[in-house]
Amino acid sequence: MFRLRADSILHNLARASALVSAGILGLIVLFLIREALPAVYDIGVFAFLHDLSWHPLENQFNLVPMIVASLLVTAGALVLAAPLGIATAVFSSYYANHTIGAGLQRLIELLAGIPSVIFGFWGLVSIVPIIAAWQAPGASLLAAALVLALMILPTIALMSHTAIKAVPESLIRAATALCLDRFAMLRHVVLPAAASGITTAVILAMGRAIGETMVVLMVAGNVVSLPDTVFAPVRTLTANIALEMSYADQHHRAALFFSGLLLMILVTALAWLGSWFAGSRLATAGRQSI
Amino acid sequence: MLRIEFHHSREEKLMRRLLPGCLCLLLGLTACAPGEPAKQKLIVTGSSTIAPLVAEMARRFESLNPQIQVDVQSGGSSRGIADVRKGIADIGMVSRDPGDDERDLQWYAIARDGIGIIVNRQNDVTQIPKEQLRAVYTGTITDWNQVNGHQQQITVVNKAEGRSTLDVFLKYFALKNSDIKPHVIVGENQQGIKTVAGNTGAIGYVSIGSAESAITEGVAIKLLPMNSVAASVLNVRSGSFPIARSLHLVTRDKIEAISRRFITFAQSDKVHDLIEAQYFVPLTR
Repeated sequence: MFRLRADSILHNLARASALVSAGILGLIVLFLIREALPAVYDIGVFAFLHDLSWHPLENQFNLVPMIVASLLVTAGALVLAAPLGIATAVFSSYYANHTIGAGLQRLIELLAGIPSVIFGFWGLVSIVPIIAAWQAPGASLLAAALVLALMILPTIALMSHTAIKAVPESLIRAATALCLDRFAMLRHVVLPAAASGITTAVILAMGRAIGETMVVLMVAGNVVSLPDTVFAPVRTLTANIALEMSYADQHHRAALFFSGLLLMILVTALAWLGSWFAGSRLATAGRQSI
Repeated sequence: MLRIEFHHSREEKLMRRLLPGCLCLLLGLTACAPGEPAKQKLIVTGSSTIAPLVAEMARRFESLNPQIQVDVQSGGSSRGIADVRKGIADIGMVSRDPGDDERDLQWYAIARDGIGIIVNRQNDVTQIPKEQLRAVYTGTITDWNQVNGHQQQITVVNKAEGRSTLDVFLKYFALKNSDIKPHVIVGENQQGIKTVAGNTGAIGYVSIGSAESAITEGVAIKLLPMNSVAASVLNVRSGSFPIARSLHLVTRDKIEAISRRFITFAQSDKVHDLIEAQYFVPLTR
């Protein structure tokens, strides 16, 4: 009887917590919509796509370069960090000896604990000058992607490591029994079995990258224009909100809230697309390996 | 799944009855602290440049006058003026000089702010005339060798839209923000300073106070003179440096006693350390 009561208390507590979290998220979305609505009415969604540029004080509200910048910076960071992160996880769990593997794990956990503003500052005073000496102005799409990649690397490496460690022992034993060498076992057994965990890691990292503000604000240059090279400065949606929100009022403010709403839709869509893609790919991969 | 419900124990019933009461009590306690006399409230709104400074002044004012509560909100100089006219705010904060249609209000200067042009310390350019500087920012001059420097591409560092430093800069050079062709856009003064320090071809502009203290700390930047007047806090205070403005508090003609007390406090030398901490220049009187 005591267990049942404890169970029902826990049940209610869990239900209440879940409701509160969902409720807060709902309230945030409602608030964003309420604050963004004046922009939709007075400026119009069309203006956000077709205005000449982003000069809110001169009534120009084009958001397209910033949407593109957010996507490019995120894609760049993922292209750099995903292979590195997954390779690190594979190395530390299959190739490194115990001491080195464990040491590497600690090191990456340390990397995960560094606050983003430190990454941004470090990027501004060391990465940007290096790029500037090569291709001015230095603060660029490339700098942002590089520093962001370093920042999301731990997320990918640590979660991939967990996913690889969670591959059932029986599968490994079967592979060993089939005399598969280490590479073949990794390629045909471990990685396919851990694929869903690794994909989740990459999706989470993507969410972190696209939502990151301080790092991008410091190293991306923040010029609102479509980049023609990786050395061109860009401004992401998050950097735009951080740069201008405390100085904005009326339409400018509403436009910033609209871009926040857009960012939220973008993140949701990307996450959904990612998991959908992973789901369908994994299903076929699973069928093939069986 | 089968779900079995037993009758509740006595403790649980008691808990259920008491819990809402406890919660209400807790909420009630945080909502109002009873037994204190109502505080006199002073509402200050306006310029986001001045708001952090006035917030510091307000904190000190409150500790000296515990019966008064000062509420500082930022939202731009125009909002400060509008709120004072409508009577929503007692005092407005305005980070520019009064316009002709704004003489109906009382203006009190509390500090000055100067904006200096900065370049990297390794840059051997010692001064740039106003017209050439304008051409640099509008993108007609793109290389340092066009302004008596070594051949190197110029990196134009501009401020983000809405910053008052940008407003003052634009006003002085009679430019619109969309005329400027920037390579890097920064928010805070510190970000501008770090960006110029890290790029030998960069040019930017920041609050003179913040640039001077960075130079004392050894950051690799230098301030350029404007119209042959050295960019220094001293010249901003004396009024000889051209790119500068006064920071004001404004009120209506009829003014309440506590508003007057706060303004007298904000103009006194009791707040000079606060003004300097925000890189503004105190007025000597």
